[in-house]
Parts: sequence; C-alpha cells; structure tokens
Amino acid sequence: MTPRKKRLLFVAAGLCAVALAATFVLNAFKSNLVFFFSPSDVAAGKPPPDRAFRLGGMVVKGSVERGGENGLTVNFVVTDFAQNVPVKFNGILPDLFTEGQGVVAQGKLGPDGTFLATEVLAKHDEKYMPPEVADALKRAGKAPGGAPPMADGT
Amino acid sequence: MIPEIGHLALIIALCLALVQATVPMIGAARGNAVWCAAARPLALGQLTFVLLAFSCLTHAFVTNDFSVLYVADHSNSRLPLQYRIAGVWGGHEGSLLLWVTMLGGWTAAVALFSRHLPEDMSARVISVMGLVSVGFLSFMLFTSNPFDRLIPGAVEGQDLNPLLQDPGLVIHPPMLYMGYVGFSVAFAFAIAALISGRLDATWARWSRPWTVAAWSVLTIGIALGSWWSYYELGWGGWWFWDPVENASFMPWLVGTALIHSLAVTEKRGGFKTWTVLLAICAFSLSLLGTFLVRSGVLTSVHAFATDPERGVFILAFLFVVIGASLTLYAWRAPKVGLGGRFALLSRESLLLTNNVLLVAAAGSVLLGTLYPLVLDALGLGKISVGPPYFNAVFLPLMVPAIFLMGVGPYARWKKAELPELAKRLKWALASGVVAALVLPFFMGSWRPLVALGVLLAVWVIAAGGMGLVARIRATPGGFFGLPRSYLGMQIAHAGVAVVIVGITMVTAYQEERDVRMDVGDTAVVGGHTFRFDGVRGMPGPNYQSSMGTITVLDDGVATRVLHPEKRVYTVQTNPMTEAAIQSNPVRDLYVSLGEPLGGGAWSVRIYFKPFVSWIWGGAVIMALGGFTALSDSRYRLVLGRRFRPRALRRKGTEAPAR
Repeated sequence: MTPRKKRLLFVAAGLCAVALAATFVLNAFKSNLVFFFSPSDVAAGKPPPDRAFRLGGMVVKGSVERGGENGLTVNFVVTDFAQNVPVKFNGILPDLFTEGQGVVAQGKLGPDGTFLATEVLAKHDEKYMPPEVADALKRAGKAPGGAPPMADGT
Repeated sequence: MIPEIGHLALIIALCLALVQATVPMIGAARGNAVWCAAARPLALGQLTFVLLAFSCLTHAFVTNDFSVLYVADHSNSRLPLQYRIAGVWGGHEGSLLLWVTMLGGWTAAVALFSRHLPEDMSARVISVMGLVSVGFLSFMLFTSNPFDRLIPGAVEGQDLNPLLQDPGLVIHPPMLYMGYVGFSVAFAFAIAALISGRLDATWARWSRPWTVAAWSVLTIGIALGSWWSYYELGWGGWWFWDPVENASFMPWLVGTALIHSLAVTEKRGGFKTWTVLLAICAFSLSLLGTFLVRSGVLTSVHAFATDPERGVFILAFLFVVIGASLTLYAWRAPKVGLGGRFALLSRESLLLTNNVLLVAAAGSVLLGTLYPLVLDALGLGKISVGPPYFNAVFLPLMVPAIFLMGVGPYARWKKAELPELAKRLKWALASGVVAALVLPFFMGSWRPLVALGVLLAVWVIAAGGMGLVARIRATPGGFFGLPRSYLGMQIAHAGVAVVIVGITMVTAYQEERDVRMDVGDTAVVGGHTFRFDGVRGMPGPNYQSSMGTITVLDDGVATRVLHPEKRVYTVQTNPMTEAAIQSNPVRDLYVSLGEPLGGGAWSVRIYFKPFVSWIWGGAVIMALGGFTALSDSRYRLVLGRRFRPRALRRKGTEAPAR
C-alpha cells in the first residue's frame, strides 16, 4: 500500500467511526427523551402510551393519602386547575413536597388513568415553582401571580 | 463605609484590568518593552484590589452588616461563623466575586512564574487574562454588585440556604472555580500563541503545567460536589447527570483531552492546531458552565440569578469570547503547519483516539444538556434528558478510552509494533481477564458489567504497574530517578482505575430499601440489621432538629449507632434531611429519615453502598497524579531559571514543519 492509500484508509476509517458514533449517540438520545405534560395534556390523551413522561402541576390540598402494604405508598392528585390526574408513588417523598405546592413526577400512565410515578422530583429552593409547572398553569389560564396560588383556591 | 471601600476597590480593579487588557498587548505588537513590562505590576495590582474587595465582603458577613443587600439575603446573625464566611460565595454576586478573585490569583501566578518567558509572550498572556477580567468585573459592577446597600438596613438576615450550610460548601465552590478559571491560563497561552504565530513545542511546555494544575483542582472540585450531593441531598446518589454537574464535567473532559494533546505537541510538535482548539474549547466550556449555572436558565441550588439582564450579559460575553477566539483561530491556524508524521499505530495515534473519544463524550454531554434548553427557548416544548441517555452514551465511549490507557504508555512515539505491544501487555491482559472471571463471585454474583469494570480496572493497574517496574529498572537512580511527569501520569491512571472499581461495585451491588419503621422495628440491608430506636427533638444553633437513633446489629450485637436528622431551619422553614453515614474503605452504611408517619413511626431510607468512597478517593488520586506531574523538573522551567538560555534561544522560531 502506498502511503497515500494508507492515509485515505485511515481517514475513511475515522469517518466511519465518527458516523457510527453519531448514529449511536443520536439513537440513544432519541429513545431517552422525556417529555413534559400537564394534567390538561394528559386529559387530552397527548402522552404516547407505554412511554415514561414527566407530569407537572400543583398538589391538590388534602389529596395526599398514605397507605399500602409497606406503609410507603402515597396517593395524591396533581392539578393545573383545569384537569386533575391522580398519582401513585411508592417511596419516600422529597423534603420539599408539600400539599398546595408545585411538583414534577416522572413515570407512566396506568391503565386506569392513574399516573404511576417512579420518581418525584424536588427542586432545591423553597420559593421555587418548577418552570414547567408555572408554564403549565399559564397554559391552563391560571397564571400564578407572584406567590404560587393555593391549590384549593384560597 | 467598608462596603463602599470594597465597591471602590472593584472599580479600581476594573480600571486596572482595562489597562492590563490593552497596554501590554499593544506593547507586544509594537515591540515596546516598557509597555510590555507594565503587564506584571498591573496583574499584581489587580489582584490586590480584588482581594481587598473580597475582604470587605467577608468583613460584612462576619460582622453581620445587614445593610448590605447581599449579606442580608444570604446570612443571619445566628449562622455559625464558618458558614458566614462561606456565605460570601453562597449567592450569585459573591460567587462572581470569587470567580474574579480566582482569575486575579491565576493571573498574578502567571506574572510571577513566567519571568523566563519571552517578554512579548508573557505580556500577551497577561493581557488576554486582563480582557477576561474586564468582562467579569464589568458584569459584576453593572448587573450584580455585591456591595449594593439595603436602605434601611435589615434587622436580621434571610439566612443562607440550608443545603449550603455544610462543610462541603466551604470548599467545593472555591476548588471548582479555581479549576474552571485555571483553564483561562491555557486559553490565554493559546490566544497569545495564535497572535504571535509562535505555536511550537516551547509554547506547549509553557502552558502544560498550568493546564495540569487547573485540571487537578477541577478534578477535586467535581469530586467534592459529587460527595456533597451524596451525603447532603439525603438519597445516596453520587452523580445525577444534572445540567449543573454536566456544566463542570464538560470542561473537565475537554481539559483531560487537552492535557494529552499538549503532551504530543510538546514531545513531538504534533497536533498543534488541535491543541489550540482544545484550549479554546476548554475555557469556552468553563464560561458556558458559568452561564448555565449563573444565568437562571437552570433552576437548582446553584442558580441564584433569575434576572434576565444578567443572563443576556453572560450570553453576550460568551459569544464575544468564543466568537473572537474562533475567528482568530480560523485566521491564524492554517499558518501553523503540521507536526511530525506518525504511523497508524503509534503513541500519537493512540493519544489522538483518546482525544476523539473524550471530545465525543463532552459533545454528547453538551447535546444532552443544551438540547432541552434550546428547545425550551424556541418554545418547542419541554423535555428532559435523563441519566439513561448519558449512561448509554458514556459506557461505550469510555471503555475503549480506558483500554487505550493501558496501551498508550507502552507505545513508542512515531511508530509502534503490534507484536511488541502484545508481548509486553499479555500478562496485564491475562490478569485482567482472570480477575474479571473470578472477583465478581466474591461479591456474591457474577454479572457481565461487573466483569467488564473489574477487567478494565485490573488491566489499567496491571499495565501501569508493569510499565512502572520496567521503567524503574531502566532508570539510573531507580524509583527516585523517574521523571515526575511519568510518575504523575501513572498515579492519575491508577486513580481512574480506582474510580472504575467504585462505580462498578456501587452500581451493581448496592442495596437500597425505603421502609416504614415503628420504634423497635428492624430491617436487614447488606447483611446488617438496622433497628429503629425512635426520634427525639434536638435544638440546633439556627434550626430545630428531629434526631433519629438507628442501631446497627451484626450477629445480634449492637456494633454502631447512627443519628440521621431532619432539620427545620428557623428562618427559611424548609425541612432538610441530614443523612447519617458510617463509612469504611469497602462500604458505606447510609441511613436517612423520610417523614413521620404517625405514632412514632417514620419512613426511613437504609442503603448499603459497597466501595462508594473509592469514587472520590480515585478522583483525589487522579488530582495527586496531576500535582506530582507538576513537580517535574522539566516544568521548573516555569518556576526557576535553570533552562533559561534554551527557552530564550527558541524565541521567534517556529518548529519546522515536517
């Protein structure tokens, strides 16, 4: 092989490797995107079935119930003041989870319309309303004015 | 009065930075030695005034001066002293001041330790750093002045975010920033070299120790952040692929590539343009990280600013810096010429592969971090990219990179022979394979990913160790005659192996249980029995604590007692989980309180984390390797005068392109 051919081979191999890597990365990227939906979106049937997504809204006051066989199952209702979605989660809630406050949960929609959360996300700041939640509320026509509104309407 | 002095000091520092950014640069272009010589005193003067400002802010925190808005927002008279001091960088304005202080420190270090450099080179380097400083100082003075007064002054402060009231915060941001900002030195060297057109092996030798120093500190900073989130967030994770973590990880990945590429430029004169590009990228990613974390586009414990003006300012600054340096690069780089030829299999080609893999890794992190933000900014919907993406991409990119870590140091420059490599490495590979087949059984079960992790770790250690032994035998003076940079490389590579062991073991064999526990209940996790002995109230200095007592029993005998806490801070009133961790080299027992479930029962997280501390230990070893390499006599070039004549002789010549 002449040095020139060798070099060409080298470049071709490099390009192939890059193309392969790019395909692979983009593939992994596509299959791991997690979309965000509001309770209204869920009611409209927007989330594709059998795919995990994030649900955000406010926790309805008085809707939190604990129970289950190990005592760690939590049921609560997430609302954007237009639609409600019941959520079921098995585990320990983050420190900043409070009734009447914003929440983001990740999981799948169960057959009965209950959102089965695998993860409930806490953000770090106590004044904080997740931007997704603020946005979802705005879209539902319930823009938070300054302080987050109380979920029971007070 | 003192805050005003601080404010004034910042203004003077900005003026000095403006002069520093222009005068030496013009002096270097015109060959005016007096103007060039202004660089050093200007750099030292700037550091003096920035330090003065920093001390003034610290003074305001220590003396609880709540007439300063920033202090009132981030401190409280009942906050313990160490957290009042750490509170200086606990918010947006103060952390910018820390950034600028670090930059001043690095610039002064360059000024002090670069006396052997050609005058025009050091003048240009210091000037470029002055330019960066102008950007950050004006950002601070125009949008986020830490000395703004609150009139009338507050009686009591808002207190520091409880998550930040932790020893980790005292050291994590300074280390991280020192690393981030340290890449500005490599960046300044690259820009200075592009301007002067002197991109040769000497240039690489000058900028190498600075890059290694920045990289080592950044490594520690990232490890501290990971460790902090592990014990402070209360759920035992050590890496979340959170955008904020990614922001610090991307410059690290590119910085790692830069260190390796600089080695080729120094030793073989190759990869010159690539090295310059990496230096620009590493610093640009540091700036991007600052933008992501500080602009408010991300919401997290790190995002202090929600003021859009600030975000726009950093974004504009980012565009100017990246745009200008890439334009300069496009204009100058084609004139640089190529380095020495190398064969398909050679140390150069292996290092090139390593570079490509690291940059690809950084690119995929960038994609996963920025894509959701871009989509959101364009109003195309809200998405997030979770850990599965990063894990799926990282594993296949890192496995070949780590495999090459074993081969690289054996390969000859220019042209290596496969049979020779195979002969020298077969035992290392064999020991890796044997360990991969056997070791996982001792942990309880054999799993493919564990075997892969063990294979890689043992392979890196064995190949490195055998190389080290061979090198010691061949070196007059034995171990102590070894070049420190070689020793440093081996230490850093061993650190990577230690990190691999930690990640592999904790991922595969950790046990996590969330349980409801009444007083007296027990749970078995990781072979240990945990008994819940109730929770009682305990007052803290600025919080009220519910302290749990959990006794660990081994074979029915109580061996240790853990005290996890749930704290409610008096001012900010949000609850905080303080995990209790019993750590030893091979495993952590991790207990944290969930919430009260009535009747004295609590939900409790009990985790068994084998080898988790190896992750941070390995990172510390990597940084130690970096510091060892720094002490190499070759780099004393930077600190001393021993090689002065040679450095001067190279002046003005470019390595011949072959």
